[in-house]
Amino acid sequence: MKKTYYDPADLKQFKNITDWSPELGEKFFDYYNTVFKEGALSAREKSLIALAVAHTIQCPYCIDAYTQDGLKRGIDKSEMMEALHVAGAIRGGASLVHGVQMMDIYNKKSM
Amino acid sequence: MNTKSLQSQKHALASGAKQLSFLSNGIFGQGGLPTFSERIAATATPVLQPQKLEILQINLGYMCNQVCSHCHVDAGPDRKEMMSRATLVQCLEILKKTSVHTLDLTGGAPEMHPDFRWFVEQASALGVADFIVRSNLTILRANKKYYDLPEFFKTHNIHVISSLPFYKKEKTDRQRGAGVFSKSIEALQQLNAVGYGKPDSKLQLDLVYNPSGAFLPGDQKALEKDYKKALKADFDVDFNQLFTITNMPISRFLEYLIASENYEEYMEALVAAFNPAALNNVMCTNTLSVRWDGFLYDCDFNQMLDIKVASPIQHLDDFDPAPLQERTICISQHCYGCTAGAGSSCQGSVV
Repeated sequence: MKKTYYDPADLKQFKNITDWSPELGEKFFDYYNTVFKEGALSAREKSLIALAVAHTIQCPYCIDAYTQDGLKRGIDKSEMMEALHVAGAIRGGASLVHGVQMMDIYNKKSM
Repeated sequence: MNTKSLQSQKHALASGAKQLSFLSNGIFGQGGLPTFSERIAATATPVLQPQKLEILQINLGYMCNQVCSHCHVDAGPDRKEMMSRATLVQCLEILKKTSVHTLDLTGGAPEMHPDFRWFVEQASALGVADFIVRSNLTILRANKKYYDLPEFFKTHNIHVISSLPFYKKEKTDRQRGAGVFSKSIEALQQLNAVGYGKPDSKLQLDLVYNPSGAFLPGDQKALEKDYKKALKADFDVDFNQLFTITNMPISRFLEYLIASENYEEYMEALVAAFNPAALNNVMCTNTLSVRWDGFLYDCDFNQMLDIKVASPIQHLDDFDPAPLQERTICISQHCYGCTAGAGSSCQGSVV
């Protein structure tokens, strides 16, 4: 057993999840690869979305993978950071928008 | 950023033999990553051999006005190696004698060679189908004596291939030095002004992208699209094609990989991205590289590692195409750089 839960080397083993369930594993990777193909959105835009989501779900494997993917695609650090602020804004907004609920309850219960 | 070559710093990695030793040990030692030779042994091309000689790449010398952090030549203002007039004449003889259709001048900054214009005039008169000059762009704006080079290139129908590591200032300057981006843009505008890279012109202007760090280049077509859009919108610059070139783990880039503790991961990425299809189109199979002193190499990278051609003919003095054609191409672990992903060559990706 490893001494830590996360090991960067595990990312390279990701494909091995197919070993224990080939049908579902293959379907997943087929789907995954299709999702990231050039479509109505460019592969570059999808890479930035993936980077923002990776930070939202705080997945270290995904952060590693999509920072390096962005570098290869010529995405620069200002674009990466702006994508993260979009994630941060939505995440922060999700907390703050509940403030309406708080305010309603507060007002209802107060004289 | 260093302003001196590894050679003038007396750095151990200035030696080709030291670099080769580094590339052949460590993670390529027993039980680690397969050596390039082991890797290609299992493919349909277990040994690399020359096909028809089509490209003569002449390295006029290692002097350059820039000291780029990724440079595989270890070029810079402190490098004094220069091809002699006698050796240049020998190169012209080869052009007359062989089937070479592409002449590729590189360096250093080839324009800094005192016989550069003379040689271009002579070679151009021989009627080379594709006559390439690899220009770092800033040299065209470095001194008044170079200002008319765009016109000179046009007169001789030179195909200009220029490095521009990125379409934005920050990454370019970090790799090539402060102020390089602005000067490069100025030079591109001058080239455009005489007709280079314009949609209705036959004057070819191609750009070279190489990653500004320890990662592999992305898709050539996608990057070309981004370059074209950004350079047109921001600077009204036009060009023909973008070539993506993988940084070779030799010389200054090797030094950077080791110092930044990226070496092992970079080599793992190159090995993992090995593509047998790229092996069929690597440039060493149709190119001969000539060093400033007349020695012959399978490619410019082997030249920098001083791995001379494996042939009884190793120098222009003895040039004979037939025995050279029989040679086996010399390989080492740096060759993974040319076979990763879509492959890499002086003309960009190969798959």
